[in-house]
Amino acid sequence: MLDARGRRRADVVVADGVIRAVGPDVLGDAPARARVLEASGCVVAPGLVDLHAHLRQPGAEEAETVETGGRAAALGGYTAVVAMPNTDPPVDSAAVAREVLALGGRALVEVCVAGAITIGRAGKRLAPMGELAALGVRLFTDDGAGVQDGALMRRALDYAKGLGVTLAQHCEDDHLAGAGAMHEGAWSSRLGLPGIPSAAEESMVARDIALARLTGARVHFLHLSTAGSVELVRRAKAEGLPVTAEAAPHHLVLTDASCASYDACYKVNPPLRTETDVTAVRVGVLDGTIDAIATDHAPHLPEAKDVPFDDAPSGMLGLETALAVALSVMDIAQALASLSWKPATIAGLSPRHGGPVEPGAAANLCVIDPALSWTVDPVRLASRSRNTPFGGWTFMGRNRHTVSAGEAVVVDGEAQR
Amino acid sequence: MTHLLSIADLDREGIEEILRVADAFAEVEKRPIPKVPTLRGRAVATLFFEESTRTRLSFETAAKRLSADVLSFSAASSSVKKGESIRDTVETIEAMGMDALVVRHSSAGVPVQVSRWVKRCKVINGGDGWHEHPTQALLDCFTVRQLRGGIDGLRVLIVGDIRHSRVARSQVLAYTTLGASVTLAAPGSLLPPSLEGWPVEVAEDLDDALGNADVVSLLRLQAERGSGAFVPTLREYTAGWGLTARRAALLGGDAIVTHPGPMIRGVEIAGDVADLPQAVVTRQVTNGVAVRMAVLFLLLGGVL
Repeated sequence: MLDARGRRRADVVVADGVIRAVGPDVLGDAPARARVLEASGCVVAPGLVDLHAHLRQPGAEEAETVETGGRAAALGGYTAVVAMPNTDPPVDSAAVAREVLALGGRALVEVCVAGAITIGRAGKRLAPMGELAALGVRLFTDDGAGVQDGALMRRALDYAKGLGVTLAQHCEDDHLAGAGAMHEGAWSSRLGLPGIPSAAEESMVARDIALARLTGARVHFLHLSTAGSVELVRRAKAEGLPVTAEAAPHHLVLTDASCASYDACYKVNPPLRTETDVTAVRVGVLDGTIDAIATDHAPHLPEAKDVPFDDAPSGMLGLETALAVALSVMDIAQALASLSWKPATIAGLSPRHGGPVEPGAAANLCVIDPALSWTVDPVRLASRSRNTPFGGWTFMGRNRHTVSAGEAVVVDGEAQR
Repeated sequence: MTHLLSIADLDREGIEEILRVADAFAEVEKRPIPKVPTLRGRAVATLFFEESTRTRLSFETAAKRLSADVLSFSAASSSVKKGESIRDTVETIEAMGMDALVVRHSSAGVPVQVSRWVKRCKVINGGDGWHEHPTQALLDCFTVRQLRGGIDGLRVLIVGDIRHSRVARSQVLAYTTLGASVTLAAPGSLLPPSLEGWPVEVAEDLDDALGNADVVSLLRLQAERGSGAFVPTLREYTAGWGLTARRAALLGGDAIVTHPGPMIRGVEIAGDVADLPQAVVTRQVTNGVAVRMAVLFLLLGGVL
């Protein structure tokens, strides 16, 4: 068993959604006819928490739904996901938030909702953050776009402080990014594709660090992708500013060289960057500058991606591969910290999710087989879409069972409903 | 050669083979009936998702002189307008029994994607976004070789909007593969964001570079790709980077000036300079047919 307190050898008894007993000789405490999930050789841990999933509902149910995305999450070891608000309509009103939360009530994992910072994610007028916060919304973001207007972002931060919520920024200066389709650098120059310079991200990270200093409000940086961004956040944390950050799994292992195939599967925003950036993002996760690994799970149908690179939508799947990707570059304790308890704290879900595995705690658990070798087959993913960049990759380590609110929703790698 | 998507698909021997075969077809063009039965019964489709006059006409002329059947597809009046995907369009056209597809698109990489979608068709890149225009670079090399006897050791200067130029990207690869040295000259805003890995130098001073050049390749300022905003005014661009009459006087006696067309007289090249014998623009156009005949011939395995 492995949680934020460390590693030990134990059985876990769960009943009525709650952990009843944890220890070497507790199976006697199990209710009669209790179901036994075999976990020898495995690691029992608090369930994973994704800060960044695009579940596409309402509006793009052909690509994903709360149900299919929730199933993909459960299979990946997650017990909670934060659904991003860039749906159609976006989550900029209590009505839409209620709809997604209601859909989430039937999903295999807990579905939280992030709200938009501005109406229509248009960056002009503040969304009703208070009404959304009253529904339990703890993260706000215009993800897919950054809030371009610095004065509006400052106002949003001032307002958010009184609500106890966190604003999360997709850092991208629209003017600098232009019509960019990939990272601007040696590869984009050779391939003749318009590029997005690192400065498009870094300039907004720098601005929002300054705004965190100005307002004292918490800022969470979404999907950091450049060495410069990591360094800016490292300094901000050293200064004691209330900032947190996440990185996406693909930014830990893939570079802009992948775009040489012109396969739009590799088009993602922020774009895949250079080897130097990949190394810096990894170091950032390992030294704690980057708190969380968050999937940026972004389903798109094959026909949407089978178009000119310039025209394709950005995004790649992540929920069913994030753990394996993390385990390919760090040990399991580091992976779980950035996939479970640290993001749970940022999402305001701790200790219900990501908390210590102890009697009385909510039964949100995953059971990981770290020695299982498996190959990603896009056709077999539970997501409604197939746009994984890891098709055909062989990984070591996979989620085996998931217990969500006491229910065994995944057993031996199979979703139970 | 499976397809011709980029000059990088070719090694030196591959380029030289195309140029040698083009020599033979240049002879054919001088005959009273400039047509050979080499590709009789074969079908070539030109799929132009971006408008073009000279490249399409050149490819279609080349295919017809080889006696291939030619099918001409234009996105402006097609199923693409009705919402059909490029992939479905390509699969439909291939299903009509095409042997080769010449693809032009305003987005980089489309011919590469098309080459993954076809089953047996050969794909030729007719120009994709800012990426490449391989047959243009081949016909430039053919023209220079015709006038100078060879490419090896020549000093090539490429001037203008290199950032947005598929011609420049193909030229750099083709000229350097054939042993020439390449220098780029452009305002900083019209150079690619990175030249890492490019076997080129960047000229400090255009006037000095002109004096040293055996070949000057001028590029059009691509206003339709937004290049207008990359320089303050056309007048300033012409003053700094145009081949004016004063600059043309700096050229060596046997220097060659090429331009892929269409030329904008008075911007990148002065009208008088465009009409100098050193400017070989119409010769390039003539040679384009022979070079494209060679590419079609080699891809479709015709018999000489």
